[in-house]
Amino acid sequence: MSALFWKELADHFGRRRFTLLLGLVALGLVWGAFVDLGALAASGRRFFFLDVFTTTAGVPISLLSFLSFFGPVIGIALGFDAINGERTQGTLARLLAQPLHRDSVYNAKFLAALLTLGLVVASMMIVVIGLTMFRMGIAPTGEEVVRLTGLGLVTVAYLAFWLALAITASVLFRNTVTSALASIGMWFALGFLITLLGGVLADRIVPEIETTDDAVRHVNVESWAGRVSPAGLYSEATSILLDPIGGRALNLFTIEPERLEGLLSTPVSAGQSLQLVWPHIVVLVAMVAVLLAVSYVRFMREEIRA
Amino acid sequence: MSALIEARGLTKRYGGFTAVDEIDLSIDEGEVFGFLGPNGSGKSTSILMMLGLTEPTAGTVRVCGHDPARNPLAVKRQVGYLPESVGFYGDLTGAQNLRFTAELNGIPRNEAEPRIAELLDTVELEDAANQPVAQYSRGMRQRLGLADVLLKRPRLVILDDPTLGLDPAGIVWLLGIIEELSARQGIAVFLSSHQLQEVQRVCHRVGIMSHGRIVLEGTVASLTAQTDAGGFRITLKVEGANAALDGALAALPSVREASRAGIDVVIESDEDVRAAAAAAVHEHGARLLEMRANDRTLEDIYLRYFQEAVA
Repeated sequence: MSALFWKELADHFGRRRFTLLLGLVALGLVWGAFVDLGALAASGRRFFFLDVFTTTAGVPISLLSFLSFFGPVIGIALGFDAINGERTQGTLARLLAQPLHRDSVYNAKFLAALLTLGLVVASMMIVVIGLTMFRMGIAPTGEEVVRLTGLGLVTVAYLAFWLALAITASVLFRNTVTSALASIGMWFALGFLITLLGGVLADRIVPEIETTDDAVRHVNVESWAGRVSPAGLYSEATSILLDPIGGRALNLFTIEPERLEGLLSTPVSAGQSLQLVWPHIVVLVAMVAVLLAVSYVRFMREEIRA
Repeated sequence: MSALIEARGLTKRYGGFTAVDEIDLSIDEGEVFGFLGPNGSGKSTSILMMLGLTEPTAGTVRVCGHDPARNPLAVKRQVGYLPESVGFYGDLTGAQNLRFTAELNGIPRNEAEPRIAELLDTVELEDAANQPVAQYSRGMRQRLGLADVLLKRPRLVILDDPTLGLDPAGIVWLLGIIEELSARQGIAVFLSSHQLQEVQRVCHRVGIMSHGRIVLEGTVASLTAQTDAGGFRITLKVEGANAALDGALAALPSVREASRAGIDVVIESDEDVRAAAAAAVHEHGARLLEMRANDRTLEDIYLRYFQEAVA
């Protein structure tokens, strides 16, 4: 299996996809250089290294939103032709005529792509953090490091979902174009439509907001609908991680109003934030597991005709 | 010594369609077996079952003493398989592709390198070894495929329609290699094909598939005897033939059928009626240009199943 793993890894860093991956890191470079740190400093907030990822000051769109929107493209690009690409090339039958288990082919492909995603996300984050350190002349605090590590993990889990989705499509569809289109279709459906539908659903269930209770119910319906989508989970998890003060606003309505004011000015600790996003990470990983299980079962029983 | 391939009642059904219907097969060490049949007769499906690439619906097959569905690795360590349309990673060179196969087979680097050089030499690709496979011609890919199959030093090689897309010179070359594999290295070859000439020449034994069944099996000589059943086919070239002559030829004793297209006449009979046919031609004022009596060849047998498959 290791031979295949290294070959796949070399493929991802080979000329075909390297441009795409390099582009993401280059984007980090541009963002890190152009974010308006002066505006961040003037806002009087204490978490520079977190705000760099969420701010729109000096850049058209925050780095985090960019990752959330276009990260799936990277995941899909690394996986959409994993299995059917080999089939089209005629190498799948030859590969499976060698003494290696079928699941090794599958696992090697998934793990190599996952490691690639991890390396790219890590490089991009390090570029952004490094540039910010250089421009500000300060180092991130331990609390920030913990939160950024969490962000890296959640991001990899989020991209892994799209990777697993694309690999599943590559098992289910014979044609690489079909699997790419199917993956992109799912990206639209899960990334955008569900969020929109959540709003519609909430309006339907709670048509009129008169009391605080109504408002709570409205928000709840909306956020639960959003949690069906990995993009919803990701944005919720990252806002908890990157905004120690406002991120807890998720539970805003369950807190008694008279206590609210005092609470909102105190940041929660990194540990507590991690505790809050733990379910998000688990659900993302579970979604990946379900997708992999589907394609795994399909691929293991499939007839490999040249 | 047990057989390398042992199939008993091997069956594969897709829904209501039976692709392979209870075939029995036995291939011995060092043997060249020709697996013949028209397209869609179940040859490739049988091969897929032998390699564990698809599961049999019923029956058993053991390859090198192992069940390919239960223990595919033991089978694949000893069996080289060249798929119908073999593919390679186009952006890697021929040598790199072989190196990758060597790694997958767990062949250590220091053993693999000389072996790869030797094999590239055998398949006459030493000059193209460092070219990306994307630039290879179809014939070159096929030859690289052969090197790829031999890399693991197999006991048995399964070639699925290896001559497809090769030019006549390429076919002759490939058959030479196959003969040598079996004669010098004692490697058994299971050769599937829908082309006949090659098979007659290099195979020790052939099996003919039609509609998922093995309809004939044995040595080439025994097959012709088996189906010949004492029959004769006499072909004549006659100038000035007419309907009366056609009638006279058909009326000769023991003639089953006589047909004519232009100057070519074909007579199927139980006995040798050459003398009587010549006399009849002469009698009807036609001139006999040529006459031959041949035994049924393997090709006739094969063509018959071919036509059945088409019909």
